[in-house]
Amino acid sequence: MPSWPGFVEPEPTAAQVIAGLHATVEGGQDLVQVLTPEGVRIAEPRFDRYLGDVDVPRLQSLYRDMVLVRRFDREANSLQRQGQLGIWVPLLGQEAAQIGAGRALTPRDMAFPSYREHGVAWCRGIDPTELLGIFRGTDHGSWDPAATGFHLYTIVIGNQCLNATGYAMGQRFDGKVGDAESGEATICFFGDGATSQGDVHESFVWSAVYDTPVVFFCQNNQWAISEPLERQTRVPLYRRAQGYGFPGIRVDGNDVLATLAVTRWALEECRTGNGPVLIEAFTYRMDAHTTSDDPSRYRLADELELWKLKDPIERVRVNLVREHEVGQDFFDEVAAESDALAARFREYCTNMPEPGPERMFSEVYAESSPVLDAQRDAFLAYHASFEGTS
Amino acid sequence: MSPITMAKALNNGLRAAMERDPKVLVMGEDVGKLGGVFRITDGLQKDFGEERVLDTPLAESGIIGTAVGLAIRGYRPVCEIQFDGFVFPGFDQIVSQLAKLRFRSQGRVPMPVVVRIPFGGGIGAVEHHSESPESLFAHVAGLKVVACGNPVDAYWMIQQAIESDDPVIFFEPKRRYWEKAELDLDVPPPPLFSSRVLREGSAVTLACYGPMVRTCLDAAEAAHADGTELEVIDLRTLSPLDMGPVYESVRRTGRLVVVSEAPSEVSVAAEVAAKVQQDCFYSLEAPVLRVTGFDTPYPPSKCEDDFLPDLDRVLDGVDRSLAW
Repeated sequence: MPSWPGFVEPEPTAAQVIAGLHATVEGGQDLVQVLTPEGVRIAEPRFDRYLGDVDVPRLQSLYRDMVLVRRFDREANSLQRQGQLGIWVPLLGQEAAQIGAGRALTPRDMAFPSYREHGVAWCRGIDPTELLGIFRGTDHGSWDPAATGFHLYTIVIGNQCLNATGYAMGQRFDGKVGDAESGEATICFFGDGATSQGDVHESFVWSAVYDTPVVFFCQNNQWAISEPLERQTRVPLYRRAQGYGFPGIRVDGNDVLATLAVTRWALEECRTGNGPVLIEAFTYRMDAHTTSDDPSRYRLADELELWKLKDPIERVRVNLVREHEVGQDFFDEVAAESDALAARFREYCTNMPEPGPERMFSEVYAESSPVLDAQRDAFLAYHASFEGTS
Repeated sequence: MSPITMAKALNNGLRAAMERDPKVLVMGEDVGKLGGVFRITDGLQKDFGEERVLDTPLAESGIIGTAVGLAIRGYRPVCEIQFDGFVFPGFDQIVSQLAKLRFRSQGRVPMPVVVRIPFGGGIGAVEHHSESPESLFAHVAGLKVVACGNPVDAYWMIQQAIESDDPVIFFEPKRRYWEKAELDLDVPPPPLFSSRVLREGSAVTLACYGPMVRTCLDAAEAAHADGTELEVIDLRTLSPLDMGPVYESVRRTGRLVVVSEAPSEVSVAAEVAAKVQQDCFYSLEAPVLRVTGFDTPYPPSKCEDDFLPDLDRVLDGVDRSLAW
């Protein structure tokens, strides 16, 4: 598109807008991809240098990550169907986006998830069983955010983007920005629906104004429950960054290598003081929004079939076999490991202790509130009055 | 020692807290170079720099949301909301994140954040500049809510709020910013979350906070001239309420009038009344009465003298209590 002074870009027609959005099913020509859906590794001059350490064992490790994450995700779905979880939020189809981004992080970095980032949690060393309490109703998140570099899940859409921005401001105030080796960065996960939230807009404004080292990682999975992307935007999401004055890039979110490379680049930009950066990981939510959702009411099955051809795991498997001659033993080992993980996950879930009545009164305040203390004492006494009765 | 205004007392208190702890940040709209629209943060950016006194973009959710993130990082942000009626874009972050993070994380993520809000009317302002939204915040579990009523309390309470590891919504009675009092630094302050008897009396107890403290003290002085002794209690903390001094007083006087600018329905004043009927049932000589603003949106300022409780309306409430 020309951009000389005085040039006025013509307003797109409605048909052009719709055609443009349909084109985004393929990601468009700006999509960064290094591993095609057919499993062919292609050259990517801008980002190949961020994959220099990815040898065959490393690629096998990424494959293993994705298979294990998908396996416990499927197990959780089943546990919900069997009444063991109140709800589950499936990540099916988004394994590459999450593992690619998660494996780009260092222990010094801080991640702010939404509520579907089970794959990023995995990369931060959080055992999958630690995610269960939220969905079984025994806690609101049991891991230590500071120790894991992984904030609690945020369910109010977009809130975490401002929290991540504030954290990243703190990293800058602490003098942790400037050096690629020792610098720190923050990554914030959110979805295509969240981009309509005021908090996301404000976080883009604040991050730009304060030069924060934050990577805004938008998983565009095409659907916000029942609403398709055209209910959220007229332009491809990655292009919004331009209006805020920082780079935006679209990566194939079903390509774990491309996501790894682009996220490494973005984190490096942030660590060296060139943040923020917006990444739009172009992917697809292959399952329902949650186990309470019914996608058959709002989208066609053939769309899912199309995306199955772009599966994030299958393309790595094909690449390992065809280009690196990895034998069946490896895949059998990973499958066995994933089944063992699922069994452990299930066993843990069905044996989780339930919190006692005192749990709801704990840690509401740092300094106890006499009002709350009185409520707790009265209720626990009431509760205890039933002991010995049947 | 010369008298200082509440505005200067708050400024001195903020300065003392910032000198004591390098993690204390001040952030808000126009708080830096301008010193805030009420000059509460005057001179702080000049002395502490732009990374400790932040002129933020004009976005209240952003102010609170980034303060939450800074607190996660280990900072102790003090946010200024420019006027009471502008806090609502930040209400989501206050209720959803600031109030709940400690509980959600089971204590792993403390939220030592102060949100300062100039509140109340009486300054002849346009709409959204004179509201009293404290009951909305007092209803939210996880928040603590206080209101200062005089310069001495303002100086100490802002520092105590900053030292608290809980999120504190700090209400400042903007029409009292320029009233003065002697501040004796050798007199130690009472705990932050405590109410105080400011004037002793035996006929009727007045419970009030924020801008109504001065109104009630004036009413007590006027009643004294007529031979009626009113006891005045500054609640100071609205969540949690510190009811001990109120109970002790009502057990002596048998009568209570709760005074606030905020509308009375489902309010802090309503909660005080409910608690007193529960704990002082046999001591009451009259029902607990409320003298408050009306359950209307804040009116055009030419009506505010009628909307706001004044000395006469407080004394009318006292008379109704005594006549029961």
